[in-house]
This record gives sequence, C-alpha cells and structure tokens, in this order.
Amino acid sequence: MANLAVKASNLAKWFGEGEAKTMAVKDVSFEAYLGEMLFIVGPSGSGKTTLLSMISGILRPNSGEVLLEDKNIWNLSNDDIAEFRLNKIGFVFQDYHLFPRLTTVENVAIPLILKKHDWNESLSIAMHYLEIVGLKERAQLQPVKLSGGEQQRVAIARAIASSPDILIFDEPTASLDGDTGRKIVEFVKENILNEKRCIIIVTHDSRIYEYADRILKMEDGRITGVEAGDWHEK
Amino acid sequence: MKGILKIAFKLLVNDKGKFAALLVGITFAVFLMIMMTSMFAGILTRASSTVLNIGAKMWVMDPAVNNVSSSIPMPDYVLDAVRSINGVKYAVPLYSGGALVKLRSGIYQSVTVVGLDDSTLFGRPELIEGKIEDIFAENAFIVVEDAEFRKLENPKIGTEFEINDNRGVVVGLAKANSSGLFGVPTLYTTYNRAITYIPSTRFTTSFILIEPKKSSDIPFIQAQVQKLGYEALTDDEFMQKISNFYKYQTGLGINVLIMTVISFIVGLSISGQTFYTFILENLEKFGALKAIGAKGSELVSMILFQATFTAFLGYGLGVGLAALMIMAAKLRLPDYAAQITYINLGIAFIMVVIIAGISSYIGVRKVIRIEPFDIFRG
Repeated sequence: MANLAVKASNLAKWFGEGEAKTMAVKDVSFEAYLGEMLFIVGPSGSGKTTLLSMISGILRPNSGEVLLEDKNIWNLSNDDIAEFRLNKIGFVFQDYHLFPRLTTVENVAIPLILKKHDWNESLSIAMHYLEIVGLKERAQLQPVKLSGGEQQRVAIARAIASSPDILIFDEPTASLDGDTGRKIVEFVKENILNEKRCIIIVTHDSRIYEYADRILKMEDGRITGVEAGDWHEK
Repeated sequence: MKGILKIAFKLLVNDKGKFAALLVGITFAVFLMIMMTSMFAGILTRASSTVLNIGAKMWVMDPAVNNVSSSIPMPDYVLDAVRSINGVKYAVPLYSGGALVKLRSGIYQSVTVVGLDDSTLFGRPELIEGKIEDIFAENAFIVVEDAEFRKLENPKIGTEFEINDNRGVVVGLAKANSSGLFGVPTLYTTYNRAITYIPSTRFTTSFILIEPKKSSDIPFIQAQVQKLGYEALTDDEFMQKISNFYKYQTGLGINVLIMTVISFIVGLSISGQTFYTFILENLEKFGALKAIGAKGSELVSMILFQATFTAFLGYGLGVGLAALMIMAAKLRLPDYAAQITYINLGIAFIMVVIIAGISSYIGVRKVIRIEPFDIFRG
C-alpha cells in the first residue's frame, strides 16, 4: 500500500456569520497518497479551492484537521505553517504569479532563497529544475517574454524547486489552450510525479481527467464521489 | 546581501518607471528642503557677518538691539564703566553705520562703515593688499573684497571716492570671512574718522567690544553691564540673538518653515503614492510569496529595504543636486546666500526617514493583510 501524503478529516469551512453564513466545505474527509495524481473536480463554487487551501496550510478550517506525518498542521504557529508550506508543499497557481521583473531562473529560485540557500547556489539549483521542464535556454528571459505554456512550466519548476512532498495545481489548464493543457498535465505525470510525491490538481477541465489516478468529485461543499482515473487503463 | 533582500532590490530597480518616479519624488523633496533650509542658514550667517568678521569675544549693546545693522548708540561713559569692571582685559568702541559714497563715475552707492578703535584697531580685517597702518593716513578707508566689492566699481589702492562731502581714499583691500546680508559693500576706517565723516547722533558708540581676562569672568561682566542698563553678549549669544530676530520677528523663519513643510508634503505625496502603487501592483506576487512560504517578517523586511534604499538614494541625489545648484548659483550670483550645514542635512535626513517610514507603513499594512487564499480565489 502506498504511503500516506496527507489526510483530511472532517474538514469544514464557512464564511460570514448569521444569515450571511455560507458553508464552503462541509465535513470533508479524504486521503492522498505519495505517488498518486489526485484530481479534485467539480463545478464552480463547489468548494474545491477552499478544500485545497485548507489542506495546503493556507486557509484555517473552522473544524476538522489536516494530518501530515501524523501531525495536524493547524496546530502549528503561523510561522511554522509558513515553514511547512515552504518545505512540504509546492504551488502552481492558476495565473502562475511569476514575478515579471525577475528573470525566469530567479523566479524558480525563490523557494530556495526563502529556504536560506545562497543566491548563486539557488540559481544553480533553479537552473537544474528549468532543465527538467525544458526551459534552460530561457533562463535569463523575463516571464513576460514566454508563452503561456512556458510560463506554466516555469511555475512548475518553481513549485518543485524546494523538493516538496505535495504538489498542488490550481486549474492548471484554465489559461491554456486544450492541446497545451493536455501536454502540460502529461508532462507533469511523466516527469514530475514520482513515488515520493503526491500531486493534487483542482480542475473542472474534463479533457484532462484521463491523467488522474483518482478523482474526488465535489459538489456543494461535499465530496460526492471518488472515482479511479483511467490512467492505468491507458 | 541576503537573498530575500536581493529579490526585493531586483523587484524595485527592474521596475524602472516606478523606481525613477520614486527617486524623482524623494530627490525633488530633498532638493527643495535642502535649498530652503540652506538659504535660511546662509541668510542667518550673513546676518551675523560683522560679528564673525570682528571676532570679539563679547559685545555690549543696548538691550533693544537685535542685529548689527540697527545699533542704538551708547553714551561714552558706558565705555569707561565697562573698562572698570573686574575681569575685563580691555574694552574698545566700535562704530557701525550706513553711509552713501559717490563713486568716480558719479554713481551713489550705499555702504556699511565700520569704525575700529583708533588705538588698538581691534577687530581689524585681514588685508589682501596694503598695510593696516595706512588706515591712519588722511581719509583712509579699507575696502572689503567680498561679493559686494564690484558695486564700488572694483576699486584699487589709491582709488578715491566721496563720502558725505569728504574725500575718501582706498588704502587697502581686505578679506572678510562672511559677506553682509543686504548686498552692501563694507568699508573699514578708524572710529574717530567714522564719527567725523558720517553724520551721527549725540552718542556715537554702536558697540563696545570686550576681551575678558578669563572665560569664567563672562557671567560677572554680563551682570555688571546689566546693572548699567545695557546688555553684554558673547559672540555666540549675539549671533543667536540675530538669528532669533530673523527667525521669529521678520517672518523669514516661518516662510522657510512653510516652504520646507510643503517640500516634505510634495515628497511624501509623490513617494508615498508611487510606493503604494508599486505595492498594489505587486500585491498578488507578495501573496504568492506568502503562499509559497515567506514569513510575514520576511515580506516586511523586503518592503522596508525597498523604501529605505530608495529614500537614501534619493537623499544622496537630492543633496548632490542641491550642492551643485548652490555652487552654480554662487558662480553666477556672488550675493547668493545659501549654505549647506549639518543641521540642514540632518533636517532633510529626518524628513526622508519619515517619508520612507510612512511609505513603507502603507505598503507593510497592505502586504501583511493579503491572504494567500485570495491568490487562489483569484
């Protein structure tokens, strides 16, 4: 049996109070394993992003716990949670959020710099990850000079630069055309996923469901079903 | 430089438009603040020029006197009384007054005439040309070669002029430490010639200059002079009195203060707003950094570094620009009264630190409040 990457138990989150109270996530429990690519899918407003934020240490749940290496991350101090995110989680944001005034390699080096690596050492390691995503020759360009797909790959390089156990993608294909989106996810599946890493992707793009090992379906703040993806059948 | 600060540095300087706007804002503010306060300092120094040039340790005057150019003559007995005070090594009279001279071209020019004690010439200037003893020659005057010198049509030794229908002859050219405030040339002569050639009131002694035996005698001398109904001030106290007069009784001080505050507000507005826009534009990126794992303290240090770096660079540029401007102005306008002092620099520095502090406070508040969850939510 695969090793557990993260376990969410009875997570609930609501916004507002009284009549304005909106339940975003209702009593959600699930487990994600190292070596798997887990998709969280569902319509807009179903609570996917809120759930993703809670398990990645970004949004504090109103109830429930997120266990990582048997520790509830929400019992940690804010600085420790930041440290946890830096060391254990890699983020690929929907809009990438690359710094336009930094070069590609400097963008990738950011997590390493935050981990107090020396500047030159960080750039050298970042170059290695740029090579993995096939953008070594673009290292000195600013992100604005790259295509959407290339920017996505820079964001991936930045996310994996700190060697995180869990990689989180928020709508990775939303800003890409269908073909590029599929290629990116396929690239991630083949080159980034390994037995020591779990990849969680939030998406409502059904064209990439085929790459999932498992799919959690969400609707109205609840998990309505878990399906095995068809990757293994391919 | 720490990595995180290097990122902050690159984010700042690589955004050339914003960085330039920030620098222009702070440089302009510093430039204006330095120019304003330097002009004020220059004016104050010039207002005390006679005190500096004469170099006496103590000055006796009527208590109503608040600057050298508006002296109130004292009766002769005051000089005798002062000379008899214990602790006074010697005391001499000084005449200081205005007169009109008619130049060889027929033009009339206002001058300040300083009459030095005939027997000691105490307070005599350093001569560039001529000999000091020539001041005792008939109709002799020494001209100070300062910024106003050319107004006397650049006289040489032997040049003649008319002063109240008396003949005057230049017997020497002197160097002065400081030029006067009102753009009037200065002539030195003996005390007796000054009171003879220039129409005077019943009393003729403008000031009495004292050399105390010891510094510790000064308070006693001051107390004794006060008993006579007059005031004895050290040179520093007199300069401070003159300075206070221009600061608080002429409107000059408040005007300079207002201009300095306006410069500060202009600088704060430009820099604060530009820095705020800069932070707003990068807010999502700061949020992304927070999501990745940057601690609040690291983001704060980035913003403080950016604000401080810009402020100090702008300060340096502003001071440099002001110094260049003053230098250039003095080359073209010898009368231009501006002087950069440590106090000017200190005031501008404090104001720049306040600008940087307020600008970064605005930025820090925004960045601290950004939630990484907002980045996800889009």
